[in-house]
Amino acid sequence: MDLFLQLLFTGIGIGAVYALVALGFVLIFRATNVVNFAQGEFSMVAAYLMVVFSVDLGWPYWLSFLIALAGMALLGIVFNLGVYYPLRHRTFLPVIIATIGASILLANSVLAIYGPQPQVLQGWFETPGIQLGPVYLDSQYLLIIAVTVALVIFNYWFFEHTLLGKKLQATSQDKEMASLLGISVSSMIMITFIYSAMLGGLAGILVAPVLFVSIQMGSTIALKAFAATIIGGFGDVAGAIIGGLALGVIETFGAAYISVPYKDGFAFLVLVAFLIFRPQGIFGERVAEKA
Amino acid sequence: MSAGSEKMATAAPVIRTRPLLLRHLPYFVGAAILVALAAGMQFDGYILNILMQATTFSIAVFGLSVVLGLCGQINLAQAAFFGFGAYAVGIGTADLHQSFWLCLVGGVLVAFVAGAFLGMSTLRLGGHYLAMVTISFQQIVTLVMINAIWLSHGPDGVSHIGRPELFQSSQSYLAFCVAMLAIVGYVVWHLPDTRLGRAMRAVRDNELAAGVNGIDVFRTKVYAFAICAALGGLAGGLFAGGFAYVSPDQFSFAESIVFLTMSLLGGVASPVGSVIGTGLLILIPEWLRFLKSVPGLYLAIYGLFVILIVRFMPDGIWGFVAAAFERWRAQTRAPPAVKALQLRPAAVGGDTVLEVTGLSKYFGGLKAVDGVDIAVKRGSVHALIGPNGSGKTTTLNVLSGLYKATAGRIVLDGTDITNMPPHQRTAAGLGRTFQNIRLFRSMTALENVEIGAERPGNTVIGQGLNARGDAALTERAMEALTFVGLGSRANELISSFSYGHQRLIEIARALASNPTLLLLDEPAAGLNSSEKLELHELLKRIAAQGLTILIIDHDMTLVSEAAQHITVLNFGRRIADGESMAVLRHPDVVSAYLGSE
Repeated sequence: MDLFLQLLFTGIGIGAVYALVALGFVLIFRATNVVNFAQGEFSMVAAYLMVVFSVDLGWPYWLSFLIALAGMALLGIVFNLGVYYPLRHRTFLPVIIATIGASILLANSVLAIYGPQPQVLQGWFETPGIQLGPVYLDSQYLLIIAVTVALVIFNYWFFEHTLLGKKLQATSQDKEMASLLGISVSSMIMITFIYSAMLGGLAGILVAPVLFVSIQMGSTIALKAFAATIIGGFGDVAGAIIGGLALGVIETFGAAYISVPYKDGFAFLVLVAFLIFRPQGIFGERVAEKA
Repeated sequence: MSAGSEKMATAAPVIRTRPLLLRHLPYFVGAAILVALAAGMQFDGYILNILMQATTFSIAVFGLSVVLGLCGQINLAQAAFFGFGAYAVGIGTADLHQSFWLCLVGGVLVAFVAGAFLGMSTLRLGGHYLAMVTISFQQIVTLVMINAIWLSHGPDGVSHIGRPELFQSSQSYLAFCVAMLAIVGYVVWHLPDTRLGRAMRAVRDNELAAGVNGIDVFRTKVYAFAICAALGGLAGGLFAGGFAYVSPDQFSFAESIVFLTMSLLGGVASPVGSVIGTGLLILIPEWLRFLKSVPGLYLAIYGLFVILIVRFMPDGIWGFVAAAFERWRAQTRAPPAVKALQLRPAAVGGDTVLEVTGLSKYFGGLKAVDGVDIAVKRGSVHALIGPNGSGKTTTLNVLSGLYKATAGRIVLDGTDITNMPPHQRTAAGLGRTFQNIRLFRSMTALENVEIGAERPGNTVIGQGLNARGDAALTERAMEALTFVGLGSRANELISSFSYGHQRLIEIARALASNPTLLLLDEPAAGLNSSEKLELHELLKRIAAQGLTILIIDHDMTLVSEAAQHITVLNFGRRIADGESMAVLRHPDVVSAYLGSE
């Protein structure tokens, strides 16, 4: 039972990271109808930026954090202008191929600059964690969960109760109508990319002290996050969160009770099971294309 | 009726005169010369390795040209399928001491089955799922290759891989691989002109239209995917024999991206492009060896390449060249003379061709169609009218199977089609056009109509994949295009036709399939007045041949002149039904259109 609770805590912690990246996926998907396959690389790049500023240059943690997030906002802008925007009138296939190309470009550029050696990043807190009854609560995992909860609340408030959030929703639902109402669709899409890049970056910075900072972390996280969006229901915000948490828990228990080397395979098995038996996910609805 | 069909089937092929094999003789001569060169020239080991790699990789990239180029589905796990073939030959010959041929066939089969299974679990869903699932699959395969040490020897890889008795020397083995490349290349080159290949292109261009033209969309995609995987397996098996050593890093996700880049660079639609892309991307890094000294740099450049190609050269190098050639050929090729189109609608059932009873379609709480009855008499033109939002198009979509009926029964010429998917309804004799035109945009007018003519169950064309069947198909399509007045422009791409002409091509596509019932969804929408007159004339000529038509339109002049019988819908219910003039004077109909006093 003690082990069970301990694993549950760890699973929720890691699942919260998947949920944050999945949220970035869903927001871009809703704004552009395209899945951004470089979403995971946003996390990886942000973690490396933290290593550069906080470890290599020795700047204070909070300053490095702010600069890394600003860097992610910039990356979101460059990504939109360089990858999505020129292809916005094409079908989805060229666009996803381009985002895959971008993902390869980002990961290998970092590899070429920084080398293949995994890096270590310290956590935010000095204290490693607290003992609560039988369960040891790692401070970094606590931080991850707290930030995720805060962001989910912020996200809800932002999209439902601010004018900008409503404009973004209008854009994702009907671009033509939104532009006829005077909303600048291209700036809404730009804002979405900036926000998603920052979300992905935040997830990377949060998870970096738990994992190693490595070139592969981006694609691993992205695959899990994508699986999470399918499990939750594609394009559904609540689904992405629930799916991410569920996947983190399943994976942690799978690694503990079944097999460690195949830990990354569980996400895939769950994904295939969902695709076969419930492709619309937990919250999704099937929609028919209009003839 | 049956005499007529025989006459059609035995009609002399007027379009293709020389036998297929003769026309392709230069290809085989060229291939034989290449094989002889590979066997005879003395290469040093370095050149030999590069050629071996280029040859085997090209075969794997052929697979991508089928799945991505022809069928428009993405596969980011080609390196995994490549690995299946390689490990089958590796483990089979080195550990189990089986014959090379047996292992090669086994590897292709394993890859084929894995591809088919992966496709079946995902291809019903959109392309995003497929991309992500193939990436996941690729990662899993890599995990297994590294961790299942008892089977794959883990990171150490498999060495001492055997070759067939006949091709022990590297030089002769290379010649064998080149011969395989030529054979597979020939098949892939011709695939687009076969029934399956046309189906794949139709699916790529427009899935909905492919479905209502009698193509089983899902099965076509699974075939494409499995063929791609099998070619990957074949390439991997040949690769393992060539290099005698395989290890997991040769089959990683990065290699899948390399395959994709090769395919995109050369041109994804053609095997010629595959060879060009593969050759260039194997040679360029050899010339720029310094790139390989910095880990990552060379793949980073591949990533950048992918973005730039997609942006600036979407059809690749060969696509660019081929498009210019096609434009030139379309202008010089004269269309052949054809006979007049014969429509011979099947007549199995009784006097009523289409009998719809109690048809309903609810979207959640909205009753878009609510208990509608329609009876369409054989040989008549029947119109379905109603104000905007009355449920006309929904009814048509339920009839053609794009929506599933909530309740009710649809009987077409004696066959209950209520629960059939679209392509089976088409096979049962349904033809339709769309309000917003759905043609296969990357094909010529003739190719579009050929897909219609290919409808399963089309009795006016002899079935089968032989040259005679192909010629009959082209002939039938030409007749249909000539019937709508566009025969002289058969070889032009869809994009060069005006809106009104595209509508006529859609009608020709439906006519070529010799349907029992033709559904026309607002054919006059968006046409100018002279085009409307032409359309009216066309409808008269179709009706004169005894084909039953169910038409939806807003144009009252067209409807009242063309149709003998009218059913009126409002708010999803039938409010009037009967002979045209009587219905149009019906007080409920007048108030539905003009409002009541």
